[in-house]
Amino acid sequence: MSALLEIENLRVTFPTARGPIDVVKGLSFTLGRERLGIVGESGSGKSMTGRSILRLIRAPGKVSADKMRFDGIDLLARSEKQMRDIRGARISMVMQDPKFSLNPVMTIGDQIAEALLTHQKLGRADIRGRTLAMLEAVRINDPERVLGLYPHEVSGGMGQRIMIAMMLIPEPDLLIADEPTSALDVSVQAQVLEIIDDLVKRKGMGLILISHDLDLVSAYCDRILVMRAGEVVEECAAGELRNAKHPYTRGLLASIPRLDEDREELPVLQRDEAST
Amino acid sequence: MSALTIENLDISYGDSKVTHGIGFTVAEGESFALVGESGSGKTTVLKAIAGMARSWSGSIAVFGRPRSHGIDREFARQCQMVFQDPYGSLHPRKTVDATLSEPLTIHGISDNGERVDEVMRSVGLDRRFRFRFPHQLSGGQRQRVAIARALILKPKLLLLDEPTSALDVSVQAEILNLLKRLRREQGLTYLMVTHNLPVVSFLCDRLAVMRHGRVVEIADVDQLKQGLLEDPYSRELVELGAAHPKT
Repeated sequence: MSALLEIENLRVTFPTARGPIDVVKGLSFTLGRERLGIVGESGSGKSMTGRSILRLIRAPGKVSADKMRFDGIDLLARSEKQMRDIRGARISMVMQDPKFSLNPVMTIGDQIAEALLTHQKLGRADIRGRTLAMLEAVRINDPERVLGLYPHEVSGGMGQRIMIAMMLIPEPDLLIADEPTSALDVSVQAQVLEIIDDLVKRKGMGLILISHDLDLVSAYCDRILVMRAGEVVEECAAGELRNAKHPYTRGLLASIPRLDEDREELPVLQRDEAST
Repeated sequence: MSALTIENLDISYGDSKVTHGIGFTVAEGESFALVGESGSGKTTVLKAIAGMARSWSGSIAVFGRPRSHGIDREFARQCQMVFQDPYGSLHPRKTVDATLSEPLTIHGISDNGERVDEVMRSVGLDRRFRFRFPHQLSGGQRQRVAIARALILKPKLLLLDEPTSALDVSVQAEILNLLKRLRREQGLTYLMVTHNLPVVSFLCDRLAVMRHGRVVEIADVDQLKQGLLEDPYSRELVELGAAHPKT
């Protein structure tokens, strides 16, 4: 399996009043056509890692790496204009909350079509057909009606499925999903993840699933990176998460209440001064 | 005496009726959970009790006293609410001190300084945070401030609306431990809304499952732990949680 994405020594730096701070400190990993989960608490740098792959970090933030190659392309050497051919078409990203990532004044149909038209020239009938097929693929009933709706007229779960449709319609090679379900209800969460999972498998895409939810990531990924304060503390196969060795990972696992909970008190992590 | 008695409660927003004939009682010192999907009306029930949803019919009684439809100062002393999102529920331009003193001023209580000090200690906030603004605090610290604000009037009933769902798992554990300890130390009664069943197992004694604005089942937490809920919908909810445990 050739590597789809290779990252070596990735650093993301932000200047502060007390000098520059590294929010991602020398991260390295390679990704094939597989499902990789990145977990960590807020502030661990997991979202920054996802965004830096698409070069979505704006000044004054700085991204540097020894190597950042996607399918043979050096991402760091690309100009802004060249990056635009990659974003969406080759690598796309599903964000956390559909309420803020859909355009409120465009119909669903137009938004999905726009994602497609940006990268390809297609006739009207073609676009309509592909859009409808994609909405069906994300299990939206009655796609004809949904095409004409505006984002405020759909529910959160439906909005997130529309986002997924929009991200997948140009058939990217890599999908980065940053907390795709944390704004959704439990009952809808499973559904949305299954749709992502199904499409990733069928189209042989690579997936990076970013989440703070250990159980969720272990259920939907092959491999897991556990991040803390900008560094990877542990890497393991998803099935092995229960046997994690690093004290931080074990601490995180232990702090989750269980359905048959009988502990009087939940164990908490010892925090260092910076994160209290 | 029961801390909270709700009978035949119908709440509506405008013309649409959100809940239908809700009824349950919470004993003094008990921790009771309302669970269900979004849109099931569980938060609306809390809002009606807190006085934020005004158009309801039926009866709400707290410690034997029926609740009026308006703002009720006596009632506020007995019953306070903690909201879901500590990022949204604190005034961004008020210091922790100002946030915590405000309820005291409203209720004409004069020993502000000591009360604030005491409540901060009880929720585990260091004194150095007293004159900070919300943006200088982490999510867990903000939720501690929100809990302190609810506790400063020394209420006996606390309404908790998804108090940990906006927090990381490790911070969630800290806040859950805190809530458990406060209940023990101060003899509080909790009514908590959540969709996270493991949290119910940890913190609550009984639960009511809601769907489409109706209570479908009231059960003991042991029934939940052992998978002995009776209603088919409650079982479905437990299965969803197990297949896909939201932390």
